[in-house]
Amino acid sequence: MNWAGWSDFIAMGGYAVYVWGSYGVTAGLIVVEIVMAIQRRRAALARVRGGAAARS
Amino acid sequence: MNRNTAGDRDIDPVGTALVIGNINWFRFAAPQTFYPLAGAMIPWFAWAAALLAVAGLTIGLLVAPTDHQQGEAYRIIFIHVPAAWMSMFLYLVMAFWAGVGLVFNTRLSGMMASAIAPTGALFTFIALWTGSLWGKPTWGTWWVWDARLTSELILLFLYFGFMALQAAIDEPRRADRAGAVLALVGVVNIPIIYYSVQWWNTLHQGASVSLTRAPTMAATMLAGMAVMALAAWMYAIAISLHRVRTIILEREHAADWIGRHVEGAQP
Repeated sequence: MNWAGWSDFIAMGGYAVYVWGSYGVTAGLIVVEIVMAIQRRRAALARVRGGAAARS
Repeated sequence: MNRNTAGDRDIDPVGTALVIGNINWFRFAAPQTFYPLAGAMIPWFAWAAALLAVAGLTIGLLVAPTDHQQGEAYRIIFIHVPAAWMSMFLYLVMAFWAGVGLVFNTRLSGMMASAIAPTGALFTFIALWTGSLWGKPTWGTWWVWDARLTSELILLFLYFGFMALQAAIDEPRRADRAGAVLALVGVVNIPIIYYSVQWWNTLHQGASVSLTRAPTMAATMLAGMAVMALAAWMYAIAISLHRVRTIILEREHAADWIGRHVEGAQP
């Protein structure tokens, strides 16, 4: 194990901004992509369920 | 005849079916066949992505040793390199499906290309973002206009251009064809990105992994990168399949077969 403790891990040897900036933004963007994909599917399903009346 | 298949050659696009191992593979090119198939595959790829990501992050953040030159800053590699690989690979897959759609006039191929583009753009942005955050502590700058970084930025614009072009054309099949031409022309950028570090002087280091040279990094670092790359691959497949199902619903919302897969559908 490389880390003396939790705070040591968070500090990333002084590179916390760069390392966590990379991991955090990546994780955030993936969450955003998943949420957007689910919302788009819900909208498409609502349109299918709405039938011809809702589309006209 | 279902009006959505009229004029299309989805089932048997070239007149003779591609039959390998008693399976007519073109059958899977029909949206009504692919929709449930993709739905069944998504959970497997999603779980594989999640498990591989946990394993990869454990190796990359906890097990892999500190780099003797870059300290802990090098840990960005576990995001940066898989994202950069995926950004190029997904573009090739997108262009491949776009090209197949152009040649065989299969509806599903164009939908696949459209489904991959946002994820390709995402990985391209992540590669650029993490590269910038890695460049600052190691090169002393967020950005340089060198060949590797510039060609990767052009890749991001190619993805955006493909999506904007498709969004600007109302008729889906015409949007597919226009997008396909753009995607195929843009393929020339991929070898430029890949070989840019050899062809031009750059701050960017050469390839981290080579099939012909012995690995230049610790085995655990290599393992972490490989596992994270696999996780990215599984995620890209899962989210692309999810998105292609949505696109099928959007484009075929009036088709009779939708009622078999969507409860309460009113064609």
